[in-house]
Amino acid sequence: MTVDDVWAALAEIPDPEIPVISLVDLGVVKGVSVDDGTVHVDFTPTFMGCPALEVMQRAMEERIAELGAVPSVVVRLDDSWSTDDITAEGREKLRAAGFAPPTPRPAEKLELVQLRRGFRCPYCGSTETRLENLFGPTPCRSIRYCDACRQPFEQFKTI
Amino acid sequence: MSARTDLLLSIADDELILGWRNSEWTGIAPFLEEDVAFSSIAQNEIGHARALYELAARELGTTADELAFDRKPSEYRSAPLVELRKLEWARTIARHWLYETADEIRLAALKASDDPEIAGLAAKIDREEAYHRMHAEMWIERLLSTEEGRSRLNEAVDELWPYALGVLDDVLRPELRARAQEQLGRVLPEVEAVPRGVHEAELAELLEEMTSVRRSAPPGSQW
Repeated sequence: MTVDDVWAALAEIPDPEIPVISLVDLGVVKGVSVDDGTVHVDFTPTFMGCPALEVMQRAMEERIAELGAVPSVVVRLDDSWSTDDITAEGREKLRAAGFAPPTPRPAEKLELVQLRRGFRCPYCGSTETRLENLFGPTPCRSIRYCDACRQPFEQFKTI
Repeated sequence: MSARTDLLLSIADDELILGWRNSEWTGIAPFLEEDVAFSSIAQNEIGHARALYELAARELGTTADELAFDRKPSEYRSAPLVELRKLEWARTIARHWLYETADEIRLAALKASDDPEIAGLAAKIDREEAYHRMHAEMWIERLLSTEEGRSRLNEAVDELWPYALGVLDDVLRPELRARAQEQLGRVLPEVEAVPRGVHEAELAELLEEMTSVRRSAPPGSQW
């Protein structure tokens, strides 16, 4: 079994809460190594209070066990994940599913004024949109409203 | 216990207890957006507490759950600010804003720590807290924009100010004062801080409720 086999297997695991994208699209797998019969995965959480984290960890362990290896998933408690790590393909999948993808992480502190700008509606493409709520149904999402097509939509928070 | 573990537990306890307090608005906030906001903030705070407890647990040879749920009320290191039960909107917003402002100052100090685990975790937590701060500041602007809002907010801040000072060590308090005064546009009173380690009666009630399910389960139950 090669490192590429493991990456390919992990790329088949959907995000538990936004299943249109995979864990690899999400950028939470920082590294993979194969050592004898053990597969080490360096896993970096998205939001620390996200209940999907344990589901993701278990899914990776099960998938690695199916490949016939012993899984060793190490969870990092540091600042190694950013929404900038979501792949271009992952962003496109989010948009197609009706989630506005996150904007790039700003070099300086994130300000409310940046979030109040008119981001593009994933349904009709208009920028006549506004921030409804910084918080949404999961820690990673905010709620916006499109004045052009009168459709509320979710945006992945930038962190 | 090392000074490092003591620090980790102080912050973890603040986040856990405030997370619980914020969750008390779930289902009963003044409107749906705030119901969602306070529930989400609660979830984040409890997630931060868990990560901080995990670092502390490693040194103490225990688990995050045992630290969160199995200690006596007197063993918690939370600041009394987070323990108070404040189901009144102006007080909730005042406490939320005072805590998030103090927490930003504390996190900035921790991000500069020589300890890479503490600095790394503080940086991660701070990115999520940025949303809590924006939410709190939005509400402060909103309350300050009407006469009734301003008067109710000011009354709540005056009541909570000695508690807010108690969240931080002496050296960081002047920064909290400067930021709070700037945003409110007035001078806050010179008062004694309500220190950490002296618990409000509400803490014991909170812990009784929070741990009731865990205590009712037979030992060794798997969650």
